[in-house]
Amino acid sequence: MTRPSTQAEYLAGLVPDSVRATSFSRRGLLRGSLLAGGIPALLAACGGGGGTAGGGGGGGSSVTLGSNFSDPVPVKAMDAMVAAAQKAQGVTAKVNKVDHTTFQNNINNYLQGSPDDVFSWFAGYRMRFFAGQGLAGDISDVWQKIGGDFTDAFKKSSTGDDGKQYLVPTTYGPWAVFYRKSVWAEKGYQAPKTLDEMTTLAKQMQTDGLVPLAFADKEGWPAMGTFDQLNMRINGYQFHVDLMAGKEAWTDQKVKTVFDTWRSLLPYHQTDALGRTWQEAATGIVNKTSGMMVIGSFIGQQFPDADQGDIDFFNFPEVDPSIGADAVEAPLDGFMMSKRPRNEDGAKKLLTFFGSPEDGEVQTTADPSGIAANTKSSQAKYTELQKKCAEFVGSAKSISQFMDRDTRPDFASTVMIPSLQTFLSNPADIDGLTNSIESQKKSIFTS
Amino acid sequence: MSSPDLPLVAPQTAQPPPRGGSHAGAAKSGRVRRLSGSDRVVVSLMVLIPTVIVVGLIWLPAIASVVLSFTNWNGIGKLSDAKVIGLKNYTDVFTIYPPFKPAIEHNLLWLVVMFVVATPLGILFAVLIDKDLKGSRFYQTALYLPVVLSLALIGFIWQLMYSRDQGLINAVLGTHVDFYGDPTWNIWAALFATSWRQVGYVMLLYLAGLKGVDASLKEAAQMDGATEVQTFFRIVFPVMRPINIIVLVITVIESLRAFDLVWVINQGRNGLELLATLVTQNIVGEASRIGFGSALATLMLLISLVFISIYLNVIMREDER
Repeated sequence: MTRPSTQAEYLAGLVPDSVRATSFSRRGLLRGSLLAGGIPALLAACGGGGGTAGGGGGGGSSVTLGSNFSDPVPVKAMDAMVAAAQKAQGVTAKVNKVDHTTFQNNINNYLQGSPDDVFSWFAGYRMRFFAGQGLAGDISDVWQKIGGDFTDAFKKSSTGDDGKQYLVPTTYGPWAVFYRKSVWAEKGYQAPKTLDEMTTLAKQMQTDGLVPLAFADKEGWPAMGTFDQLNMRINGYQFHVDLMAGKEAWTDQKVKTVFDTWRSLLPYHQTDALGRTWQEAATGIVNKTSGMMVIGSFIGQQFPDADQGDIDFFNFPEVDPSIGADAVEAPLDGFMMSKRPRNEDGAKKLLTFFGSPEDGEVQTTADPSGIAANTKSSQAKYTELQKKCAEFVGSAKSISQFMDRDTRPDFASTVMIPSLQTFLSNPADIDGLTNSIESQKKSIFTS
Repeated sequence: MSSPDLPLVAPQTAQPPPRGGSHAGAAKSGRVRRLSGSDRVVVSLMVLIPTVIVVGLIWLPAIASVVLSFTNWNGIGKLSDAKVIGLKNYTDVFTIYPPFKPAIEHNLLWLVVMFVVATPLGILFAVLIDKDLKGSRFYQTALYLPVVLSLALIGFIWQLMYSRDQGLINAVLGTHVDFYGDPTWNIWAALFATSWRQVGYVMLLYLAGLKGVDASLKEAAQMDGATEVQTFFRIVFPVMRPINIIVLVITVIESLRAFDLVWVINQGRNGLELLATLVTQNIVGEASRIGFGSALATLMLLISLVFISIYLNVIMREDER
C-alpha cells in the first residue's frame, strides 16, 4: 500500500473500487436506470452522478483536471504543475485526485459519464483505443503550437488511428534493472551484459544473503514488465509489437521460450510475489535486503531524498546476441482532453502548458523519477540518474510502451493478469498456459 | 377477510362503524363509501411507485443483462453498435475462461463453510449466551462487534493479522506464510475473516429468537427428564423454525453475494476467484467486456434462482399448512 498523504485520500483508499463506483450518487443511479433501464444506463449513471451533482464546476478560466497521480511524490509534482500553469497561462485547474489503479479501472465509466475537462492518461494502444471510441477530444490545434518541441516518435505515440492528436505527452521513464550503487560497490558487483552473467550475479547475491531480484505482482501488472523485457531480448521488438497486436500466436515456440527462460530465473526472484505490491518489493532495494529489481524508473519515488543519488540501473541484459539489447521499454505518460469539456478554451490552454518546455522542467524537478518528453526542456536541473535515463532512452533503437499499453485493455486485464499470476504460482505447465492465453486471445481479438 | 365482491374501500371505512353491526351500517347508508378522488390518487401512487422501482431497478437491469449476454457490446457508444453473437459468450465461459471453474468451486466452498461452520457456531454462541453465563453481555458485544464493520474494512483489519512480513499470526508463530498471496491459503484466510463476521450475525438473529421461546416449554421438557442437548434439538430448535429459515436464507445469500472481502484483498484473482468478482472484473474495469460479463452475471442469476426456488417452495408449503 502506498501511504496516503491526506486523511481524505486514506478514507477513499478504504473503499473498494466497486463500491466507489456504485456509491457515487444514488440519485444519479436511480434516475439513470429509471429513464433508460438496463446496465448501460446504470454504468453511465455511476460516472455521471458526480458531475451533475457538482453543478458543472463553474465556468470562467477554471478547468477540472482528473489526475491519477496518487503517490506522495507525483501528487507533489501535480501541485507544482498546476501552480505553474496558473502563472504561465492564467488557468486555474481544480484537481480531482484518484488512486492510480482505481483511475485506470474506472476509466470507461469515467469517460462516458461527466469526465473532467483534462485527464491524465498513457500513450500507445491504450490511448488510441479510447480515442477510437470517440471518448477523447481532438487536440490537433494544441499540437500545432507545441509540435515543434517533440520528436516524431512521440507525435506518433500521441496520434489516434484517424491521424489526429489526442494526447500531450509530458514525461516518460524507462524500465530497466535498478539497484543501489552503495550496495553494489561494497560487494564489488558489476552490471551484467548477458543473461548468463546475470544468473551468475544472482547466485553470488544469494550467497551474500541478498534476495537477488526483488519481485511483486499483487497488482497484476508489475510482472508484465519482466515478460516484456525477456520477450524483447529473446524475440525482438517487432515480435513484441505483433504479439501484443494479436498478430502472433501465444502458442508459438518463441513465447514458450520466454516463459522457459523466465522459469529458469524464478529461483532468483523474491518468493510469494503474488501477495506483495511493487512498493513493498522496492522497499527491499531501499533497505538493502534485495540486490536488484526489474522495474520502471518510478522506483525513485520510493527512495528518501537523501538517497536519490544512490539509485542506479543497467539495461536488461542480452539473451540472444543476434537480437541484441537495443529495445527499451519506456512508457510515455501525458494528458488528454475529454470529449465535451465544459471549458474547452481553458482545457486547451492547460494542455498547451503541459506540452511546454517549462512543464517538463517543473514536473521532472518535483518528481525526479521521470524525464521530460519535451525536447526543449532544460536538463540543467536533472539528477545524474535522470541524465542517465535520458541518454539510455535516447540511444535505444526502438521504444516499446508496456504490455498493458501496447495491447487491448480487455485482453491485458482479463487475460494476461490472471495468466501471468497463474504462471508465477505454477510455472510448470507452460503448454497449458499458452494454449489458454491463445484461445482467449482469439475470442477477444475477433469479437 | 372481506368477501370478494365488495367494492374497493378505504381501510378506515372497512372498520365496523361505532354503532350497530357492519352489515347494518352498510344497509343503513345504502352503500359503502367509495374512495374519494385524492384517495384513488394516493392508492394508485402507492401501487405505481413500488412497481416502477421494482421494474426499473430489478427487472429491467436483469433482463438487460440477459439480453446483453448474447452480444459483444464493449460498453462504449450506442447499443445498436453491438453485434449479436449468440451463445459464444457462454461457450467461451465454459471452454476457454480459466477463472470460471475455480470461481464456481470457491462459491460452493463459501456456501459449505458458512453452512457447516459459521452458522452452527453462531447458533451455539447464541444458545450459550442465552444461558446468562457470567459476563455474557461482554461476550455478546464482542461477538457482535464485527457485524457492525463493513466487509471491506474487515479485509483491512485481517490484513494486519495475516500480512506475511508484519502480520501478527506470522510473528507469533514465527512462520512466513503469505496468507493473502498464496492461493492455497488465501481462500481459507478469507473464509475465516468472513466467518468471524457471520458468526456474530447469526448469533444475534438466533438470540432474538431464543428470547421469544416460551420458557415453560423448556421447563416441561426438563420435568420429563430431557437433557440440555435433547431439549435444544427436540423442543427449542423445532419451535424456532421461522428463525431457522431466516438464518438459512441469510447464509445462502451471504455466500452467493460474497464479494467485498476478496475484492479488497486482491480483486478476486489468484486463488480468490468468485462469480461476483469475475462479473465485476469484466464489466466495471478498464476491460469493459459487457457482453461476456453479462453472460457470467446471467449464470450467477441462474444459480441464485435454484436457491430462490427452493426457498419459495418451502415458504409456500408453510403457508398452505
